[in-house]
Amino acid sequence: MRRLAPARLAGAFLLVPGIAFAHESSTGLGPVADGFAHLFLGFDDLLAVVAMAMLAGLGGRALARRVTLALPAAWLVGGVAGWLGFATRVPASATALSLLLVGILVAADRRAPSAIPLALAAGVGLMHGALNGAALAGAGGEALLALAGTAGAVLVVSLLVSRGASSVTRPWQRVAVRAAGSWIAAIGLLYLGWALKGS
Amino acid sequence: MKPLQASEAPNRAALAAAILLVALPAWAHEGGGQAAGFLSGMLHPVSGLDHVLAMVAVGLWGAQLGAPAIWLLPVAFPLVMAFGGFLGLMGVPVPGVEIGIALSAVLLGVMVATQSRPPLGVAIALVGFFAVFHGHAHGTELPVGASGLLYSVGFVIVTGLLHATGIAVGLVHRWERGRLALRGAGAAVTAAGVFFAWRALA
Repeated sequence: MRRLAPARLAGAFLLVPGIAFAHESSTGLGPVADGFAHLFLGFDDLLAVVAMAMLAGLGGRALARRVTLALPAAWLVGGVAGWLGFATRVPASATALSLLLVGILVAADRRAPSAIPLALAAGVGLMHGALNGAALAGAGGEALLALAGTAGAVLVVSLLVSRGASSVTRPWQRVAVRAAGSWIAAIGLLYLGWALKGS
Repeated sequence: MKPLQASEAPNRAALAAAILLVALPAWAHEGGGQAAGFLSGMLHPVSGLDHVLAMVAVGLWGAQLGAPAIWLLPVAFPLVMAFGGFLGLMGVPVPGVEIGIALSAVLLGVMVATQSRPPLGVAIALVGFFAVFHGHAHGTELPVGASGLLYSVGFVIVTGLLHATGIAVGLVHRWERGRLALRGAGAAVTAAGVFFAWRALA
């Protein structure tokens, strides 16, 4: 295989169109990279993924695997729905509620049927994805690439965090995961108050 | 590093030129207030000595009580404090917030100084009760224009770190002299709490 000359590579980057992900900046590396970076440029989506992955990891490796697949898939479906204009009425406070709910479940660390975390993953993925997609409603086809990039980032973070949470063996490690869940729930509750106050 | 070959030089020069020509992203809507929100959230819990002493005292007491309180108090406190913050943000009045904060330092200091060991439920209820006052004070003082989410993130992280500091210091509890030092620290927190209460009432 021929190696790409650096100048050609740089030229290719220059020709890739940027995308106007709402409230974010362009990476200059194209819509997939923009979408991937989007997850890390705002705490609302990232914390929801981390909380969901911790909940899945505390439930064991089998559940972690299933949630790791379900969450990005739902994120992508929600994103496409939002982009098509089907989900423009998701209130911002719903994001805060998702952090609060999933964070409390992590902090409580109670055994529950695997259907509950899976349903939560689907709900969280659909809602956050829809908000992402709605922000790209005016964009062209490259929005789908950005949404795929975000779903890819969700997959990576979910995989890493759920793997870590499912590997804890010592009691204090499990408590550390629970404390992180309580922090996320506390952030969600404060954010909910801020969102309701603003509205 | 490999020396530059003559055949590679044009490509590298072109790459350098291309990098120079890349238009920087505009960072539109990135929000200058977001960093301010995060920083204000981080600084708020350490903006008053009364808050700091009470947060650290929670960690000290947890370390004295040992498992499971050492873990449960830091899990419960942020949630209850966030509830207080929620009430403050929603404008729900809580009477005597400043006095409640000062009394939290007094009572938590007494608990540490006397090495009190009440039932776990009582300890959590006591800490949770005072957490509402601390949270309410922070909730009502959210700076205008700050990013609510980033403020909340900074605020919760620093609160958790103050607890962790208390727990880390409280680990000296395993030694005799450490236990004595902890009791002295509890007495100092109580004295400071009395001063804050006197100031709040004056």
